[in-house]
Formats: sequence, C-alpha cells, structure tokens
Amino acid sequence: MIDAIPASILAMLALIALLACSTLGEEVRNPLSGDPKAAKAGEFEFRINCAFCHGLGARGGGRGPDLTRAHKRHGDTDGDLFQNISQGIPGTAMPANGTNGQGVGMTDDEVWQIIAYLRSVQVQAPAKPVGNSVHGKELFYGDANCSSCHMVEGKGGRLGPDLTSVGTARTVESLVESVRNPSQRLAWGLTESTKEFAQEYETVTVVTADGQQIKGVTLNEDQFSLQIMDTTERIHLFEKDKLRSIQKSRKSLMPPYDSTILSDRDLDDVIAYLLSVSAK
Amino acid sequence: MSALHKLPGILLLIVCVSAVETHAQVTFERILNSAKEPQNWLTYSGDYTGHRFSTLDQVNTTNTHSLVAKWVYQTAATGKFETTPLVADGILYATGQDDRAFALDARTGRPLWLYQHPLPPDIRPCCGRVNRGLAILGDKVFLGTLDAHVIALDAKTGNVIWDVAAVDYKQGYSFTLAPLAVKKLVILGVSGGEYGIRGFIDAYDADTGQRKWRFYTVPGPGEPGHETWEGDSWKIGGAPAWTTGVYDPGTNQLFWPTGNPSPSNRGEGRAGDNLYSNSLLALDADTGRLNWHFQFTKHDEHDWDATQVPIMIESGNKHLIAQANRNGFFYVLDRSTGKLLSTNAYARTTWTDTKDAEGRPVPNKQSSPTPEGRTVCPGALGATNWMSPSFNSRTGLFYVTAREQCDIFSTAPQPYEVGHAYYGSAYFPSDKAEPYWGALRAIDPASGQVKWEFRHLSPTWSGLLSTAGGLLFTGDAEGNFIALEATSGKPLWHFQMGGAVYASPIAFAVDGKQYVAIAAGSSLYAFGLP
Repeated sequence: MIDAIPASILAMLALIALLACSTLGEEVRNPLSGDPKAAKAGEFEFRINCAFCHGLGARGGGRGPDLTRAHKRHGDTDGDLFQNISQGIPGTAMPANGTNGQGVGMTDDEVWQIIAYLRSVQVQAPAKPVGNSVHGKELFYGDANCSSCHMVEGKGGRLGPDLTSVGTARTVESLVESVRNPSQRLAWGLTESTKEFAQEYETVTVVTADGQQIKGVTLNEDQFSLQIMDTTERIHLFEKDKLRSIQKSRKSLMPPYDSTILSDRDLDDVIAYLLSVSAK
Repeated sequence: MSALHKLPGILLLIVCVSAVETHAQVTFERILNSAKEPQNWLTYSGDYTGHRFSTLDQVNTTNTHSLVAKWVYQTAATGKFETTPLVADGILYATGQDDRAFALDARTGRPLWLYQHPLPPDIRPCCGRVNRGLAILGDKVFLGTLDAHVIALDAKTGNVIWDVAAVDYKQGYSFTLAPLAVKKLVILGVSGGEYGIRGFIDAYDADTGQRKWRFYTVPGPGEPGHETWEGDSWKIGGAPAWTTGVYDPGTNQLFWPTGNPSPSNRGEGRAGDNLYSNSLLALDADTGRLNWHFQFTKHDEHDWDATQVPIMIESGNKHLIAQANRNGFFYVLDRSTGKLLSTNAYARTTWTDTKDAEGRPVPNKQSSPTPEGRTVCPGALGATNWMSPSFNSRTGLFYVTAREQCDIFSTAPQPYEVGHAYYGSAYFPSDKAEPYWGALRAIDPASGQVKWEFRHLSPTWSGLLSTAGGLLFTGDAEGNFIALEATSGKPLWHFQMGGAVYASPIAFAVDGKQYVAIAAGSSLYAFGLP
C-alpha cells in the first residue's frame, strides 16, 4: 500500500503538470485582447523591438517571418506568442526579450501590447495557396531539380538552405523572388549579437597553394580562416594566408529559374508544396 | 624596435614591481601620475587623457607572434560582456553582465571575491544588461548599476561600504558606464536616452556616498540653453551621459560627452538645437559648473549620441581634444575654449553637404526620417559607438573602430509614457544595402585624414589599445583578438576566443611580466609571452 500512495500522487502530479502545460500553451489569454489602444501601443513597441527583422507592419523582412499570418510555426496561441517573445525560440535567430542588444527590454504588459498589435494586423483567412502541392513535391524532387541542392524534411541536397520551414519563415513574394532571381538577395546573415553562425550562402572560389581551384558556398568565415562546402558537398577548411586567392561573389550558385525553365503555374505548385510542409 | 628603446620600459617595470608591496591605497595622485606605474591600469581609459595607451613594451612587434593565453575567467552569465578591467598592485577588478563585480589574482585569474548587485525584476536597460567597468579610489571600487544605484565596494572583500540610489530607475534611468574617480569624487553619467529621461552627470563623495553636485544635461527654465527646447520637451529631452569622460588636471576640468535627444528618431515636438544633447561638456570638476560646450549634432534625429571617449592631445603649445564621433566626423577642438578647429569625415556620410560658420557639418533635408523611412549613412549604430579609441603619441595616430552601415530611418508620432521606450519609431536595415562591414582606421589628427585602415569582415564592438611596444590591439565580431603593427595596421598575431568582442582591451604587468586583457563572449582573457 505504501507503494501505491506515491504512485497515485505521482499520477495526480502528472495530471496537474499536464493541465498546467496545456494552460500555458492554450488557455493563457492576452489580458489586452481586442483593446485598440493596446494594439496601437504595441505598434510602437513592435517598431522598436521587432521591425528590424520582421519588417514594418509585421509583414516579414529579409530576416524574420511574416507575422500577419494566422499560422505561426512556433505556436499560434497568445501563450505561445508570449513565450516566444519573452524567452526567444531556441535554434532560431529569435532572441529572448531584451537580449538582442538592439531594442530595449519590454515589460510583460508591453509584450501583451505587441500581441494585441499582431492580432490586429493578422490576416484572418489567408488565401489558400493557388498551387497543387502534390505536383509541387514531384517537381521539387524531380524535373525542377530543387532537391539536388535543397533539403526538405531530411531529404535532398546540402549546398543550399534547408527549406523545411521556409514557407512560414518567408513571405510568398520573397520565395518567388528567390526562385526567379536568386542573386537578388542572398540569405541574410544573422544580426551581430547572434553572429556565431552567419551563413549567407555567398559563392566563393578559392585557389589553393598548389593551384587547385575550388568553388562552393561559404559555411563560415573570419579574418583568418574560411570554411566552405564545394559543389560536390565536400567541406574544405582553409587558413586564408595559405591560399593563393579568394574570390567572393554575391551571385548565387543557384541558377535563376525563369518562366521558360519553371512556368508560373509550376512555381505556384512548388511554393504550395513548401507551404504545406511548413504548415505541419 | 631597438633593445635600447626597450630599456626604459624594463627599468620602469623593475622599479614598479618593488612598489607593489608599498602601495595599499590607490590615491588620486597615483591615478594622476599613472604613467609612473604602467604595470597598473587605474582608470577606465588607462589615464585621465583618454589615450588608452600603455607604456609597457615587453610585448612588442618582435615577439607578438609568440603571445599565448595565460588565463581565462568565466562570468557564467549571458549577454554582452563590456567590461574594461582595472589592475592595481597585482589585483584585477572588473564587472560582468547583470551588475556583477569581481576581483581576481591578475597573475592567475583566480577570483578573490564576487559581488552581485540584487537587481529588481523591472529594470529598463536599453541595449543589454551590461556594465563597462569600475572606478577605484583609496581602498574602494565604485559601481554604477542598471537600477541607477551608485555603490562603493571594499576593494579587499567586495563588501558594500555605501549604496545610494541616484534616481528612480522606473523612469528609465540606469548606469552602464565605468565611473571616473577625481580627487575625492566619483563621477558618472546616466543612461536612458531611449526612455525620455532628463540626463545628468553626478559627483559623489567617495568616502560617504553623499552627492556633491549634479549637472543636468538638459537645462531647466531660466538656465542658458533652455530656449533650445520646444515647450515642455526639455523635461523628457534625454541627453544621457553614458560614457566615461576624461579629466584635465591643468585646468581642473572634466570633458564629458553626452547622448541623443529624446525621442531619438523624431525631431517634431522638440524644435531647436536641443542643448546639451550630443555635445562635449567642459565642467569644473569640483562644482560641476559648465565652462563651455560644443554640440556635434544639433537637433539629432538619428540617435547619433556623442558618447565616444574624447582624447586630449598636446600639440606644441596647443591643448586639443579630439573625438571620432558617431555621426562619421572626426572633430578637433581647442580644449581651452571649446572652439572647433577641424572636422573631417572618417566614414561614409550622406547626411550633410555643407558646414556652418563654425565649421560644423549641418544636416541636409534628405536625411530627416520620414514615416516610410529614408536611407542614411551612417546607420543608427553610428560610424563608431562607445568602444574606446586609442591615441599613440609616438605614432601620432588616433585609432578608431569604424562601422560602414547605412540604415533606413523611419519616424512616427509616439506619446510619452513614464518608463516606456520612447524612440519615435525605429531604424531597420535596407534590403538593398550592401552587407555592412567594419574597419580599424588610423587618423592623423593634424590633417584629419585616414592614413590607413585594417578592414574587418563585419563591424566590431571592440575598442582599441595601443602600446609602447609598437602594437595596436583589437578584437572582432568573429571572436578574434588581434595584434597589429601600430604604424601600418599590419596584423601580426591573432587568437580565436570563441565569442564576439564587446569590450576594450587593457595592458598590465605582474612580477615584471606584461599581460594584455580583453573580454569576449562571457570570458575575460589575459595574454602574455610564454
């Protein structure tokens, strides 16, 4: 019997914990929900603290996702948003409140104001993707050849960015631009405060001391060393002073896909596929 | 460098090592004559001139290549680690994130004590929970905190001797700078330009903590300069003073720089020059009385604080003071009068085409922020920022960490609310802009021309140290600590520290052995010869 008591207590504790978790994730409501004054104040806070990555109007910048969409990859509830703004999102460039070194730290109230603002600009019923995601997947892994350089959900190449979550991280317009004109804007490096991993997918060509030419993308770089992946996915680690030359280019290794290579309709399908993956 | 050249430095070291036992107190006279004890680093910029130059030359251009890490101290805290340590008689005193202060055996990095200020949960620091260092005087070290306290700690134990609240932190006030100890006073300026504060510089009695004077950097009714503010805007006019100033014993004057007017990106509602924002103030050290002022950027709308360490330079019989300003210009003033002698751009600037009668660059119409945003260079973080410059009288060069970045400045009306961020909108990077980058630049103060630059891959927040060993030290955003030849900028040595640098280096010596120290990531590194 003695054994049974702790077991039941444990079960109860587990239940309480479960309830607490679900409360945190789903039940927490913005105390300022629907208050237009709070939303306006949140707009100021947003401009100061968030627009640097998420753009004015929360429609996404080069660095951060479009936050006007109802579905957000890391949670849609008020509680999720509060958690993500306050604590940051591990494994992403999203810093915890007050730690990005750019804006100022916000009070809980100000965080709720930002959430009120985001709700006020949220697109309630996003337009359904026009494309056919099933066909888009076929193109991605087939004729369009995307997967030779890009990975989605663990399958594909390594030379370009993993596109598993790109559907939520970027606007549709920027996805179209990245396919039609990949060199227009290479992936942004992270801001300085999180600069430890600053991959921008710059194209680099080096000539080694023995005259070998190697072309690839920059994985990382500092004043004295360079880490690259070549077009066969081999990683090369260089000390710069031992190289004969280093040529960097903002011209992407990805070929531009114009409408003769990938029709507008096929592009819609590929984007529909990426959106469907990231919506999971 | 010849062996003969090195000899005086070595002799000096030997003399000073024997002095370690005899000095118990760090007196004002010792700080004043800090050149006589180069093994110590007794004040933020190394001495009162702001030069951040060390006469130690044991580590020099001939042996830098063999520098090694001698010890590493970890704060085990996150966030930017901006400290400039002090060293007195073999003990290193520094601050860390979240208002930590600590003392270490400067030879081994082993801690002697750690003080952590209990911060309330609702502090409002802009730009990180940072602190840039301590002042030392007598047997105490002095800390300014994020909740706007000024604290004297016992240098031997870290015990609190006195603790005063300078102002209500809930209104957005904080301290992040290293205080400056002058005579019997501890002097420090307030942060909070993002919150619509009314800036000030304070002086406290080092023994008792009693406030001896306060100079408001935004003049009140009836005071000269008050007319440069529209309506009641002076009450929330900003003009913080968050970087440690310098002291001229010859005239008993402090030269203290000030920051942006509030709200930083909106000039509407505060018509006028907005004195004494973005200025250099010449204050009587005993009374805080203003002798002269020079305003670098009038009616600023780009957050271009003038909070860069100014450097006193002697040129023949001229007493000069020079500053590489956040707005991209290098200014040389006569420090007896505050008269502007020259200005030259040392970074890309698009905000000005003309100069006024005094020679001060004036903003063009295209630079004023709009609701949609306008691209202006330098960007909001400036052509440089708080990271310390260095002046080496032997090379005659002024060294500055420069940033090449343009931003889009937008503006929007914003109501003031006590203790809330008050910017009048924000800046953001231009999608079309080139990737930004940085450079260490060597400026000839006589001509204002950049003599050479060492290009950084990305902008760094590292300050600079020059030494009599013919060296210049800097860190970078990628975590390297780098020694360069001071005459040419040629890199001679580097070490990967594993974390970005947000600090300025120092040099010191213990037992006749020279060290160079800098903070990176969450660690404090000391380097020396094997």
